[in-house]
Amino acid sequence: MKKTPLLVILVILLILPLVVKDVNFQHVMLMTLMFAGLGEAWNIITGFAGQTSFGHAAFFGIGAYTSTVLFYKFNVSPWVGMILGALFAGTVAFLVSYPCFRLKGHYFAVATLAVAEITKQLFVSWDYVEGATGISIPVVSDSFWAMQFHRSKIPYVLIAYGLFVFVLFVTLAIERNKMGYYLKAIRESHEAAEALGINTARYKLLAMVISSMLTALFGTVYAQYILYIDPFMVFGLDVSMKIVLLTVLGGLGNVYGPIIGASILIPLSEYTRTLLGGTGKGIDLMIYGILIVVVVLFEPRGILGLLRKRSRGRLNYGKSTA
Amino acid sequence: MSMLAQLVVTGALIGSVYSLVAVGLTLVWGLMDILNFAHGDFMMISMYTVFWLYALLKWDPLVSLPIAALVAAMIGLLTYKLVIKRVLNAPGLMALLATFGLSLFIRNFAQFLWSPNYRFVGESILSGKKLMIFDVIVGLPQLVAALGSIGMTFAVALFIKKTKFGKAIQATAQSREIAELMGVDTEKVYMFTFALSGICVGVAGTLLSGIFPVYPESGAMYGLLAFVIVALGGFGNIWGAFYAGIMIGLAETIGGFYLGTQFKYAIAFLIYLLVLQFRPKGLFGW
Repeated sequence: MKKTPLLVILVILLILPLVVKDVNFQHVMLMTLMFAGLGEAWNIITGFAGQTSFGHAAFFGIGAYTSTVLFYKFNVSPWVGMILGALFAGTVAFLVSYPCFRLKGHYFAVATLAVAEITKQLFVSWDYVEGATGISIPVVSDSFWAMQFHRSKIPYVLIAYGLFVFVLFVTLAIERNKMGYYLKAIRESHEAAEALGINTARYKLLAMVISSMLTALFGTVYAQYILYIDPFMVFGLDVSMKIVLLTVLGGLGNVYGPIIGASILIPLSEYTRTLLGGTGKGIDLMIYGILIVVVVLFEPRGILGLLRKRSRGRLNYGKSTA
Repeated sequence: MSMLAQLVVTGALIGSVYSLVAVGLTLVWGLMDILNFAHGDFMMISMYTVFWLYALLKWDPLVSLPIAALVAAMIGLLTYKLVIKRVLNAPGLMALLATFGLSLFIRNFAQFLWSPNYRFVGESILSGKKLMIFDVIVGLPQLVAALGSIGMTFAVALFIKKTKFGKAIQATAQSREIAELMGVDTEKVYMFTFALSGICVGVAGTLLSGIFPVYPESGAMYGLLAFVIVALGGFGNIWGAFYAGIMIGLAETIGGFYLGTQFKYAIAFLIYLLVLQFRPKGLFGW
């Protein structure tokens, strides 16, 4: 893959929020960068390895809750919380992967959904983390240590950008490494990959753990940005589905996919919300929903499918894993 | 002991309604390999149909049942015609995204039209009536809901197995191309199956509207549980969905009672993970 277009995109993504002074635009950029990063992380397990996860909200939520609880209860810096959250999410991914990876195709997808829903229910009824009420993160004055910036959104945008670049780097490293080829071999044919001597269990597990850890990092940033979390926000099916949605829309299993998907879907979602969300009647989500349908109907092969014609093999995913 | 009997009965009754919702989902899933995220929202629409017929015309839910089923069938048909048909040949997850968008749309459209408030079908022929069987109390609305759901599940299963059109559905599920070569109008099969899926969920919604509140999100949890039930039973397997539905109903009722009702859905999902360890393709999958 040529590096130039990617570098151009990265430079644009960095300069845009710095140049445009509109606060609302900066907010949209921040969300776009965050979800693009989440999409990249999800792409590792689903796009590369072909294991559809509908439960990445579990890891996102664990990341958000770990740093928040540590800061709220023990005054630990969210930066430390972020790393611990990632480790914690990786551990959870490691533990749930064993039972989940025994299942294939849709059965696996439903299992990941089940894991996320169970996690949500547990947090809802867990008093130590304030249950369904959620946690308001104590507001302190602007400080890097506390990852709180109230005067401007730019620091948050830069953090999200940094994480996004990091996740992109990891994804590219995996794709170019033999691991990337192994994962794609597993996606195309589990049996053939095994016959070739690939330790499929090990590589799927590795992909899941890496993907979950990267996902958790964004959970912390999100919590610090919104300064309030509850289980429905961070563990909800909506979060999992948004990640699925934008990646598939952009192009599954491709590094550009999540960037393109997030750049379309997130502004769509955020702007409909700011323009029409005030009515409290759900008009914004109504329009957002119908726009998703329209986009899918117009480009059922994903945006990247429109941009370039590749052999069907690359996009023919999902059917063969059943 | 009588407590356990009560829980088993309650769980089995609600479970049979879950079954019918899941049967509707598994029909489409088995035929077209499409996960319909809007399935629960079809149900919500049928519940609102029942509610409005009750509120405006004083119709009993049992009287409005055919109309509610028809409304859900029409929505299923429209969904197929306007959305699903165009993404049938798209790669894996695209159709799912379309139905997810559709689900968001339907749910928020309902909220836009009818507000997020809970509404109740206050009085019906059945409401408040109870049966005592030994020392187990059975609410008549629940009993009728369960019997209606079981009856409907049987009817669907018989239809698929015995009738000529049902066999056309089976053939299309196995291979669209070959079914077409044999003279099956697969377009008609798809349309009909989506409508039938709507009827299943419409009937289930009607039967539940006398028991549960009606609001825009009221179908959401059923849709999600139906995914788990379909997978637990084995994709595309009607009887699998039936038994799995009852199993989930029992698990959430009994587990919810002993561990706390806040965990009842978590228990249902946990059951799925546990059972699939032994039957990785569902109870009746192969």
